[in-house]
Amino acid sequence: MPKARVLIRPKEGILDPQGKAVERALPALGFEGIEHVRVGRMVELEAEDPARIGELCEKLLANPLIEDYEIERIDAG
Amino acid sequence: MRWGVVQFPGSCDERDALHACSLLGDARLVWHEERGLDDLDVVVVPGGFSYGDYLRAGAIARFSPAMEAVAEFAAGGGPVLGICNGFQVLCEAGLLPGALLLNEDLRFHCRQLELTAADGSILSIPAKHGEGRYYAPDEALDELEAKGQIAYRYTPGQNPNGSARDIAGVRNESGNVVGLMPHPEHAVDPLTGSTDGLRVFEALGG
Repeated sequence: MPKARVLIRPKEGILDPQGKAVERALPALGFEGIEHVRVGRMVELEAEDPARIGELCEKLLANPLIEDYEIERIDAG
Repeated sequence: MRWGVVQFPGSCDERDALHACSLLGDARLVWHEERGLDDLDVVVVPGGFSYGDYLRAGAIARFSPAMEAVAEFAAGGGPVLGICNGFQVLCEAGLLPGALLLNEDLRFHCRQLELTAADGSILSIPAKHGEGRYYAPDEALDELEAKGQIAYRYTPGQNPNGSARDIAGVRNESGNVVGLMPHPEHAVDPLTGSTDGLRVFEALGG
């Protein structure tokens, strides 16, 4: 079955406290010069009809009010 | 007045909500697979971690049979109260505007706090959540304010989560669906310090 990966992240402009916490922790570990860290989530799935993945994202995987998503096809099936 | 309290796998405040409702009328639990709400006058969607809060708080619960029935019930004008996770579920279901995000400081807050209701009255009730930061785009917030849909605000200085405009609870346009993050069902007996929570229930169907 065709495989896909959905990347979901907080919309630009929405405060992402997880990203901020990660960003603040980095200098202490010696990682300087890292900014704009955003933490999201990734969902892998196999879909009989990949054309429907967008609809699935809108309805369940992401909340379009607060999150953006990208669909990556991993293979063309 | 007959109250129903929805119970999902992972709900944890349904017993307190049931107790609060039983102080005001008859009350029963509604299992998440149940669709029959015909005997009910008011429905409460309680707090907890429905379906483990997987994906996003409330995201999976909105697809349960009981929630489909609640959406119909609300569309017919039936009063619905969502508390904490219940508020998140109602937002995910599109029955209320906006969304609830992780608390600004990433901490889970559990404490008694003061709310100001839309009529200006002050309520002392507890809040306990990690994902209670109310969010809606600015234009939407302006519209909510203009239409009088802000049901409860944290009294200035009491906002535990960074919610936009100190919003603790909102209602839908027709006013029959209300959701809030704090827990009125934990403030219905003098034993726990306040009975102000009852007013939140009474406002829906007392």
